[in-house]
This record gives sequence, structure tokens and C-alpha cells, in this order.
Amino acid sequence: MEVGLNHYLVLSAVLFCIGLYGVLAKRNAVVILMCIEIMLNAVNIAMVAFSRYVVPMLLTGQIFAIFVIVVAAAEAAVGIAIIITIYRNRQSVDVDKFDLMKW
Amino acid sequence: MSSIVFWLLAILTVGAALAVVVLRDVFRAALSLVLLFLAIAVLYITLYADFLAVVQVLIYVGAISILIIVAVMLTREVWHGSPPGKLRIPALVVSVLLLGTMVFTVISTKWETSGEPPQQPTTAAIGTNLFSQGGFILPVEISAVLLLAAILGAIVLMREK
Repeated sequence: MEVGLNHYLVLSAVLFCIGLYGVLAKRNAVVILMCIEIMLNAVNIAMVAFSRYVVPMLLTGQIFAIFVIVVAAAEAAVGIAIIITIYRNRQSVDVDKFDLMKW
Repeated sequence: MSSIVFWLLAILTVGAALAVVVLRDVFRAALSLVLLFLAIAVLYITLYADFLAVVQVLIYVGAISILIIVAVMLTREVWHGSPPGKLRIPALVVSVLLLGTMVFTVISTKWETSGEPPQQPTTAAIGTNLFSQGGFILPVEISAVLLLAAILGAIVLMREK
């Protein structure tokens, strides 16, 4: 069977849902950050697949994927800085214990 | 031939992503995340996105995974690992429901695909699109400001008081 747009979109949906499960179910903040990266990568796969099969000559999907990668890099840097700062103060990366903004 | 490559990559990516979620050892999860990033780079090559595949290897495999591994090293827990939290069953239900909805939508939609051959190589075309007058020059400059803000924010957060 010829591999088409549907295959890539279903693969992207599967990866996105695995990442979503990890974000909702995990307690370690670093693992949650990894799962967010999985979700962003899944979205990138969908956009590159649309770019390849729907508008092969325009490349807008690939350009949008580059911007997603830029934002993901910024997010990873700031997110890890926040996690390490909280770890210094509380000696833990357990998100259940990150309740300092709770009233 | 290309369908065999696709199915191999699909099994590899889904397996690596499941390993990230399931493994209790955080360091092994980070290593399987690197494998996932590499497999996605090959997936971009099967979609004729050569420039994006190189960007994926440079930024994700080269930079972001190193950042994550350093974060894992710096935040060694007493209880080592990442046990699932209290919300495991609701999270599983929500993810499976969302997956079912998305797969149903993808399969039942009639996508208008174009039969044109893909453009290759893509590097020159992406560069022209990004930096030309009517192209994406404003988002490029905004993302430069965003990166500067992120670097400054990370430095300020990490500085010892």
C-alpha cells in the first residue's frame, strides 16, 4: 500500500497523544519537559507532511516548522532554567511539590 | 521501498516515544528521546524536507537533548526515576479519546492532495521565502528577539543570588 498523507497524520496523532499522556501523568518535571518536546515534534511531522502532499511547491509548512523549532529551543532553555532553580530551592523536581504559587 | 522505510520509522518513533513515557529511569528516557529525534529527522528526509532534517539533527539532537541530559544530571532525585502520578488513569482515558477522535477525523476527511512532484533541494527556496520582501522576514526578526529574551531569562534565572 502506498504511503500517503493519512499515514503521516496518524503517526503524528499517535506521537502527540503519547506526549500528552506523559505530560498529564508524569511527576518528574524534566520528563514532562521531554514529553512537551515529543508533542512539538509530532506537530512538526504533521506540518511537513501537509507541506509535502498539499502544497509541494510553496514550502510554507516547512517554514512554519522552523519557527516551531525556534520556539521549542527557547522554551527548553527557559523551562530547564526554571526547573533547576526550583530544584536548588526545594531539592525536588516532583511537580506535586511545586505548590509555591498555590493559595 | 519507501513504504518499508516509513513503517520501520513509524515503529521506531512510536517505540521510542513509549519508552520515554514508560521507563522509570530518567536518564534512559532521555536517551530514547535522542533516538526519537533522530528517527524524526529521517522521517523528514522521506518527506523530501532535507534542510529541515539537518536542522532537526543540529538543534534537537545536538542542542536540546544535551540541555535535557544536563538537566537530568543536575536534578538527581533521592528516589531516582519518574513514577506516574495520581492522574494516571484519567490521563490515559483523555489521551486515548483524543487519539480516537484525531484518527477518525484524519481518515474520514477527504484531503485535497496535489499530485505535483515535491520541490528539491529545498534549502535555497526556504532561504528565499524567509528573507524576501513579501516573505517571512518579520517573523524571523521577532523570533530573533524571542531567542534573545529566552537567553537573558535563562541567565537571570540560573544566576546565584
